[in-house]
Amino acid sequence: MRVGAGEVFGFLGPNGAGKTTVVKLLLGLTRPTGGRATVLGAPIGDRLTRRSIGYLPELFRYQPWLNAREVLELHASLIGGSAGPSPSDIGRGLEEVGLADRANDRVGTFSKGMQQRLGLAVALLGGPRLIVLDEPTSALDPAGRADVRGIIAGVRDRGATVFLNSHLLSEVERVCDRIAIVDRGRVLASGSLDDLLGGEVLRLRVTGLAPDARSELAQFGPVTAGGDDWLSIGGVPPDRHPDVVAFVVRRGGRVHAVDGGRRGLEDRYLELIRGNQS
Amino acid sequence: MTIVTIARLTIAEAVRRRIVLVLIVLTLVSVSLTTLGVERLVSLARASGTNDLQVQVGVSQILILVAFMFSFVLAMTAAFLGAPAIAADLESGVAAAMLARPIRRAELVLGRWLGLVLVVVAYAVASGLLEIAGVDAVSGSAPPYPFLAVGFLAAQAVVLLTLALALSTRLPAIASGAICVVLFGLAWMAGVFAGIGAFFGAGPLVGAAEATRWLLPTDVLWRGTVYGLEPSLIGAIAGQRVGPAANANPFYASAPPPTAFVVWSAVWIALVLGLAIWSFSRRDL
Repeated sequence: MRVGAGEVFGFLGPNGAGKTTVVKLLLGLTRPTGGRATVLGAPIGDRLTRRSIGYLPELFRYQPWLNAREVLELHASLIGGSAGPSPSDIGRGLEEVGLADRANDRVGTFSKGMQQRLGLAVALLGGPRLIVLDEPTSALDPAGRADVRGIIAGVRDRGATVFLNSHLLSEVERVCDRIAIVDRGRVLASGSLDDLLGGEVLRLRVTGLAPDARSELAQFGPVTAGGDDWLSIGGVPPDRHPDVVAFVVRRGGRVHAVDGGRRGLEDRYLELIRGNQS
Repeated sequence: MTIVTIARLTIAEAVRRRIVLVLIVLTLVSVSLTTLGVERLVSLARASGTNDLQVQVGVSQILILVAFMFSFVLAMTAAFLGAPAIAADLESGVAAAMLARPIRRAELVLGRWLGLVLVVVAYAVASGLLEIAGVDAVSGSAPPYPFLAVGFLAAQAVVLLTLALALSTRLPAIASGAICVVLFGLAWMAGVFAGIGAFFGAGPLVGAAEATRWLLPTDVLWRGTVYGLEPSLIGAIAGQRVGPAANANPFYASAPPPTAFVVWSAVWIALVLGLAIWSFSRRDL
């Protein structure tokens, strides 16, 4: 498995699939029992490479007796180096995650959502080249999730790579360029969303269509029949959807529903996971 | 540099979590009460015609008992500050965020150790010297080697702190703290057994007890504190009348700990600290 520079990479899998273990291996928090991997060109666990990595752990906890600014100052000094984050970087970081007005409040008084926002600011500190986010929206409300999507887009725009661990398929589908689906320590599939989900699919719920007319639908693309009178026609671009509907109606069919677009990530995910577990 | 950052963080934690405040209040309360007690006893003794030498011997024994209480408090403080130092950060997840930074695990262990050593030693020295000065002020009798006594007291705390920190790299905080307190008690009892065994000429008992005292040097260091607080007259009397069996008394020391033992204590601290670093560096988080 490979994650390219500048990508937003989604790492998906059920509980216990090994997602957090992979993250800990990448950061040198856990040692591998075998195999090898590299991060930013260095073997995993390399100490100085971690200067270029930001990390939001799944279990995000920061010293409750420090205030938000002090947590960022602590991490700035742990990053070290001559080009370490400055006080103005810290101020900007707090602003980016919406904590500027709570900068001097103790972390112990923060809600879970605010602590996760602080964790994001810690992960983004110093403009890292790789940002590893382990379930970054688990404690956030819908507005917070939208903010995180915006932050991830901003990170991608400045050319950094994002490694996103999540079970929230809708989030992953919205922000990731490429994804991998893992289960029980194995990668079941990886690639771009197009690779994993295939191209456009037009789904129609149709009754009263004669069998010969139904086979003529193949002129638009490969037809597969689902349950409850649903038909799927592959490779139909959106601008041809009205043509398909007009054809069905002309041939005496009754159209009850039309659903254009791609196959959902959830369907593909469940298919892979259930296939692996059966 | 990272070690200093972590040490400062550790001290800041002790201040913000009011540990330092509690230690200061406890010191003031215990020094005030014990000094008041000594002042009353000395006044009563003088009023009943006790001579100065007897007063001096009596005060030295009270001071040794107070020091013993303080050494126990200090041991508990060291054990329960050291025990969560690594374990609690691992359990809460605070450590994971820090160790994902470009720091060595050794730096985290050494920084934690240094910060806690400074807190515990400052507590031992300030509290110990204040007690000795208070007793001197109300009784006019000062121990022969106050700095030596306080130094050994602080060293004893550092030994336990280091052990608790090392255990906390693998064990939960409560288990580490409990182990330290039990071992501290065992080492103290080993000192008593070694003295009794020597009196009866029980070689294997003395051997086992002495080995225990070397494995955890707290009791021998405690005897150094006693030696520093004890007027030389007591050593002379006990040596003549009781002989070697006097060493079974945990509140008596015929001599300061040998230099070799003091060196061993320093080596012991370095070894256990090294073990803590080795253990923590190999632990998967």
